[in-house]
Amino acid sequence: MIRQLLQALEATPWGTAVRENTWLFPTIESVHVLALVMVVGSIMVVDLRLLNLASRQRSVKELTDDVLPWTWTAFGCAAITGTLLFSSSAMRYSHIWQFEAKMCMLVLAAINMGIFHLGAFRSVAHWDQAPSRPPLAARLAGGISLGIWLIIVALGRFVGFA
Amino acid sequence: MLKEFCVWLAGTSLSQQIQDAFWVIPTVQTVHIISIAIVMTSMAMLDFRLIGIAGRRQSLTEVGNRFLPWVWTALVVLLCSGTILIIGEPGRDLLNTVFWIKMSLLATGLVLTWTFQHMLRRSKTFWDRNRPAAVLLGSASLVIWVGIIGAGRWIAYVEHG
Repeated sequence: MIRQLLQALEATPWGTAVRENTWLFPTIESVHVLALVMVVGSIMVVDLRLLNLASRQRSVKELTDDVLPWTWTAFGCAAITGTLLFSSSAMRYSHIWQFEAKMCMLVLAAINMGIFHLGAFRSVAHWDQAPSRPPLAARLAGGISLGIWLIIVALGRFVGFA
Repeated sequence: MLKEFCVWLAGTSLSQQIQDAFWVIPTVQTVHIISIAIVMTSMAMLDFRLIGIAGRRQSLTEVGNRFLPWVWTALVVLLCSGTILIIGEPGRDLLNTVFWIKMSLLATGLVLTWTFQHMLRRSKTFWDRNRPAAVLLGSASLVIWVGIIGAGRWIAYVEHG
């Protein structure tokens, strides 16, 4: 079932095009790198604020309003380009453990973000008095997020060497 | 002459050790990419603010104080990690046209960033008073840093000497 899905993905027009065209893969990969550095960099800006290590004079709400739209735009680009790259050799990538681990870490990042947004962030107006330190739950969310994203970058790079 | 230098460098014991340990290149590349994430995001925040499409609730000096130290620090890490990558595979970089395009773009990007910082320090309102210059500098800087990242990835795909 999954095998057939992966084969179907490789047979799609875009999967075939990325696999067979010599310059298409590096071009899409360059856009993927540009998008992912913006995702990781902008998430680091928010995480470091939650950890009270940077942007201390700005409120968390103002900072996230400013930065997160760029994060989501970049994430959309990274997801689309990533899917295109994956489609070119879906069967091969799905067997690389670094790729599987990277996908698991993305899910963990999403869960961590969900817990933060449904938890500590709902009362942001109460604790968000810059330059005071965010509560433990927010600092934990920031620290976990930072760690997960650095691991995602490493796993992604190692996929290219697997 | 450059070719002979690459052959010599690739033959040194340091280069040999980097080549023999399979994990060194991808690990150093990971450090390199994370540093690029810091520089690119910081430059984007500065350039978006210069152009006027983000962070407008903050003054340029505030944005500069927040991000410029991270740019310069991450650039030092990039210089170190980049040097290790060159020692590990000298021909891949030094005999590659795309590598030198990347270095030229980098030099231009550094001059633009320095210009931004220098004028801001001389007068906190310089870029607010010279809007067309601010938009031009911010846009040029964005294009150049995007070009640096693109060229960096293409080094891996171009035939080298």
